[in-house]
Amino acid sequence: MKNNFFLILTTIIFSLIFYVFYKSLQNPNIYKPNIETGKKIPNFEAKIFGTDTIISSDEIFKNNKYYLVNIWASWCAPCRVEHPLLMELTSQEDLEIIGINYKDNILNAKKFLKELNNPYNIIISDKNGILGIEWGAYGVPETFLIYNNRIIKKIIGPLNESFIIEINELIK
Amino acid sequence: MASLIGSYSLIFGLGCSVLIIFFSVKDFNKSGNLNSKVISFTFLQLFFIVVSFFGLILSFVNSDFSNETVFNHSHTTKPLFYKITGTWGNHEGSLLLWLLVLTLFIFLFLLSSKKEPKKYRILTLLFQQVIIFGFFIFVIKTSNPFSYIFPIPTEGLGLNPILQDPALAIHPPILYLGYVGSSIIFSSVLAATTLNYITKQWAKDIKKWILVSWIFLTLGILLGSIWAYYELGWGGFWFWDPVENVSLMPWLALTTLLHCILVLEKRLILTSWVIILSIATFTLSMCGTFLVRSGILNSVHTFANDPERGLFILIFLFCLIFLSFFVFFFFHKIENRNTSNFFWLSKETSILINNWFMMYFLSVVLIGTIYPIFLEVISSEKISVGPPFYNKLIIPFLIPFLFAIAIGPKLNWIKSDFKNKKYLLLFLIVSLILSIFIVKNFKIDFLLNTILITSAFFLFFVTLRDLIVRQFTNLSQSVAHFGFSLLILSILLNNIFSTEIITNLKIGETFQSEKLKINFESLEHADKQNYKSLVGKFSIESFDGKVVVLNPELRIYNQPNIITSEADIKTNLLTDKFITMNIVHNQDYFNIRYQTKPYMVWIWISVLLISCGGLISFLRKKYEK
Repeated sequence: MKNNFFLILTTIIFSLIFYVFYKSLQNPNIYKPNIETGKKIPNFEAKIFGTDTIISSDEIFKNNKYYLVNIWASWCAPCRVEHPLLMELTSQEDLEIIGINYKDNILNAKKFLKELNNPYNIIISDKNGILGIEWGAYGVPETFLIYNNRIIKKIIGPLNESFIIEINELIK
Repeated sequence: MASLIGSYSLIFGLGCSVLIIFFSVKDFNKSGNLNSKVISFTFLQLFFIVVSFFGLILSFVNSDFSNETVFNHSHTTKPLFYKITGTWGNHEGSLLLWLLVLTLFIFLFLLSSKKEPKKYRILTLLFQQVIIFGFFIFVIKTSNPFSYIFPIPTEGLGLNPILQDPALAIHPPILYLGYVGSSIIFSSVLAATTLNYITKQWAKDIKKWILVSWIFLTLGILLGSIWAYYELGWGGFWFWDPVENVSLMPWLALTTLLHCILVLEKRLILTSWVIILSIATFTLSMCGTFLVRSGILNSVHTFANDPERGLFILIFLFCLIFLSFFVFFFFHKIENRNTSNFFWLSKETSILINNWFMMYFLSVVLIGTIYPIFLEVISSEKISVGPPFYNKLIIPFLIPFLFAIAIGPKLNWIKSDFKNKKYLLLFLIVSLILSIFIVKNFKIDFLLNTILITSAFFLFFVTLRDLIVRQFTNLSQSVAHFGFSLLILSILLNNIFSTEIITNLKIGETFQSEKLKINFESLEHADKQNYKSLVGKFSIESFDGKVVVLNPELRIYNQPNIITSEADIKTNLLTDKFITMNIVHNQDYFNIRYQTKPYMVWIWISVLLISCGGLISFLRKKYEK
């Protein structure tokens, strides 16, 4: 009798544990880094892609416009995926797209742009990845929407349709 | 090519499982020796897994990016050593390692158990094959390490830099030997229970396996802890992180099991304890794998977040749990009451007390680990359980526990008394004086700390005396218990005496306090194979004029792009000087954290001593008192 009681009890307890584990599988809590928005953009100076001209952040973000800063590289597969969406955004007149070419081989990068077209108004080169650190990037690709020298939206990973809609909404 | 061979080997290995199960069942009721086919196929299965594992290593070494696992976790600029260790630094590869160890151990078990009854050997093999079969399906269906991708990428995505570390390179294999070693104990206990073969001889044989997995588990935890100490840069060695807890829980269960099996071997009592603990050890190991891999708990160990994988392990785990319940409730005969009479003052009783303490610690850790998961499911409230919870619940119970460890081994089997034990009182007084002396110089809670340190010193003296007086009788126990006392003592003193300074410094600046001066002299840049390094030069001048130079480092890895902070630690027997620096965004300042950690090295040494105790016991042929 006692034996049966324990059998039933343990079965119930373990079934409960199973249920809880099963439920928590449905919503795995992946760590999402705190996205800092509203932060001022970092001040920097960098070379314009493919040249030796140095440009400062003040010169880049001087206009009263929206800016989309996109960190990309030719070796980055998701960048290839999001590229057509960036091309789509070039039709937006109130938006300037700034590319940060991240730790890339310049020839490969040029080939990449030739193949998929160039959506960027300005590309600056970040050969050693320091700029990426200053922007607080987690990886490539990463995109920042900037207005009035402040980051108003940060997208980690490749862009997708819903982000494009969101960006278009914000710019209106 | 290597991937292709590996991939087919894996399928052949699965085929072997089917054949082994078939021949074992056929052979089960026949008399005579174990069918040699069974052993051959077991060997063949091991062989296929080895081939498959080497196939994966080769793919990593050659940076064969047509293999998805290699693409996701390797990079051409990664040093060769980390290409190899990257093999098990990811979900797919580490499961292949699980399989390798599972098959290796069952093969060794078959070789080493020739004297034992045939039915018991076959049944153990069958239970083990159930586990192996499950893992095969899991690997092939959901986490195949040999998935092919096309078009072939030219470059891989890289291994997480904080995992690129020597201690961490060998940490998983060692820990797995411990985890998976417990699978043999699990299978063997189920077999022995089914056949009602729980005897003194059985206890003697299985003790070897318990010791093997216990030693590896201890060392595995130690390596992980050392890694956390210098890589994570917080200056601690144990954070009560869920992932640490899931390795601690099987360790607690296994340690308790080790003590129970000694009693069983001597007196044939506590059989229920042994069965339940054996089952618990393995299921806790599996549960750890599940919690960590499924992404329910998040940490550096969470490799992939694929709910399908989590679901598979979950269902498999609970199948094993319910299978073991079935065996336990329907086959286990409750032991004869006459033999389980305990006299209050005897070795058996003290081991029983030890068991209950261990179970208490185990449940504290278990609740602390899984309660947040339960709460989130039931009330969708997120909480995190931190060190204060564990400290509050564990420390008060540590005091009687330490006294029990000191006194327990002094008692005799069956019945004992306190004659010739006057020295214990002397030790107690000495410890009390020592700890009052230590505690009164610090602004800490007097009563609790005095008693705690007294009990730690008391255990220390008693075990030290044992080590000297008893010499070679019961050496393994003396060494392990002495190691444990040293561990507790070092942790306590380390906690009390640690100091910390956190400050922001520019290059060339100096921080000054009453006791020391920290001078940030220079910063050097260097390009390494797969990262950029920034090395700071700090000279620390202490009050008595001694200068120590420390060089903490920041590494900016290229693939994936992550910054890691490498602490610089100067270790000697008395204290560790520990410094880390971090970038402050958009500033010339660096965040500097300087810590002194007394007796750190003794924590590592004591854990090594504990595992040495296990090793001595493993190598000894004769039974110890």
